[in-house]
Amino acid sequence: MKFILNICQRLGARLLDFFEVMGRLILFALTALKDVLLPPYYPRLIGSQLINIGYYSLTVVGLTALFSGMVLALQSYTGFARFNAESAIANVVVLSITRELAPVLAGLMVAGRIGASIAAEIATMRVTEQIDAMSTLKVNPFQYLIAPRVLAGTIMLPFLVFIADIIGVFGGFLVAVYVLDFNAFAYIQQTWEFVEFIDVASGLVKAAVFGFIITLMGCYCGYYSGRGAQGVGSATTNAVVSASILILISNYLLSQVFFS
Amino acid sequence: MKTFKVEMQDVHKSFGSKHVLRGVNLEVKKGESLVIVGGSGTGKSVTIKTILGLIKADSGKILIDGKDITKASGKERDELLGSCGMLFQGGALFDSMTVWENVAFGLTQGQKMSKKKAYPIAIEKLKAVGLSEDIAQQYPAELSGGMQKRVSLARAIASHPDIIFFDEPTTGLDPIMADVINNLIRKTVKELGATAISITHDMASVRKIADSVAMIYEGKIIWHGPIEKLENSGNEYVDQFIHGKEDGPIRF
Repeated sequence: MKFILNICQRLGARLLDFFEVMGRLILFALTALKDVLLPPYYPRLIGSQLINIGYYSLTVVGLTALFSGMVLALQSYTGFARFNAESAIANVVVLSITRELAPVLAGLMVAGRIGASIAAEIATMRVTEQIDAMSTLKVNPFQYLIAPRVLAGTIMLPFLVFIADIIGVFGGFLVAVYVLDFNAFAYIQQTWEFVEFIDVASGLVKAAVFGFIITLMGCYCGYYSGRGAQGVGSATTNAVVSASILILISNYLLSQVFFS
Repeated sequence: MKTFKVEMQDVHKSFGSKHVLRGVNLEVKKGESLVIVGGSGTGKSVTIKTILGLIKADSGKILIDGKDITKASGKERDELLGSCGMLFQGGALFDSMTVWENVAFGLTQGQKMSKKKAYPIAIEKLKAVGLSEDIAQQYPAELSGGMQKRVSLARAIASHPDIIFFDEPTTGLDPIMADVINNLIRKTVKELGATAISITHDMASVRKIADSVAMIYEGKIIWHGPIEKLENSGNEYVDQFIHGKEDGPIRF
């Protein structure tokens, strides 16, 4: 009897913790949104975040997209050759890249790059009392630190994903034409015929949501970081892991909304 | 009735199951320099952070100029706290900014003053704490601990606060630099005509900067009196603390 009671107690405590964290996260997200929309704005900070999140992520996102497109063409060829359906490769590549692979892979890569660095930076500022110091100097840390990052992430991810779309399709094209001996003109024509506005648009909407999630989780985990070096470390880990999981979950939900 | 500059009435604060403040009562007169002493983990830092609004008290009243900041609306609270500055224990300088940008931060970012206008004020404040213009373009990481403290002090006084808080101002400094900082605190507070609330466990610092002393123990103020009475407080907790004796009512 005592054993069962013990289990219930632990489960209950876990559940309460979970709801507390969820509530805090939702409040955090709402405050961040409010501060993104309402003044004061810090244009210079937003600018430097746009460059940091967008421009400096180009290489890693471009490489990811390139090799994903290439391997996609290669793999679908070996699969489709069995049914004499090689002509569907262009179709498969462009749809998978624009709808799923570019936004999700770019999202995960940026979560690793940007989410981690935001969390580490803000957590360090928390641990060394820089955030408290900011408050005592009449600058709202939400407006100064968090809003520019969240705004920049939400704006930049769609751009990154649009570029990843192009590079990914190009990667598929390279393999199809130079490795699998497809006709270049026919491949491009097929790609162009199959792709629809909604395919690209849905990917870009997803990207904006992922950008919001990545920067929000980075800021949240940093802002509520524990003490010392260990606190900074776990804030970084939590930011990347939680952002990645939230990206995958929201990706499914958004696909359901767009394509069912 | 006389109103105090800062007044705390029965303030409580817990973190989870840890009951840190257990009914703090404290009054600080205008222009007075109060030092709160006490061992590590007795609630010194939490006490001043609740006054500043960095930590929210669970219950009790905190009055600044007779107005309760725990009940004030957002804007009113900002105004009341607008007159507060703080020197943090580790300096808490923004490491991504140069020294002068740090000092001018409250002016350029908080009050939206132009950089051109803020620069000479920042330099003036640096000079007030005995630093020259040469270091204005350096980053905090390039400075020694004592210099960082001074830059931090310059930043705290840059926007002419009414109330200044000092969190362990001399911790981690050599005795001479500690004395320099103590003198600077005394001087700047006097020049500003500000009310000062400091926390420390450095007795040399207490004797130098305090007008009155309060001792906190187990989340309560157990003694509060003028500095002259510190040696003859008649309180055995205070006696044990100021003489740094292991034997006594305080157990670790």
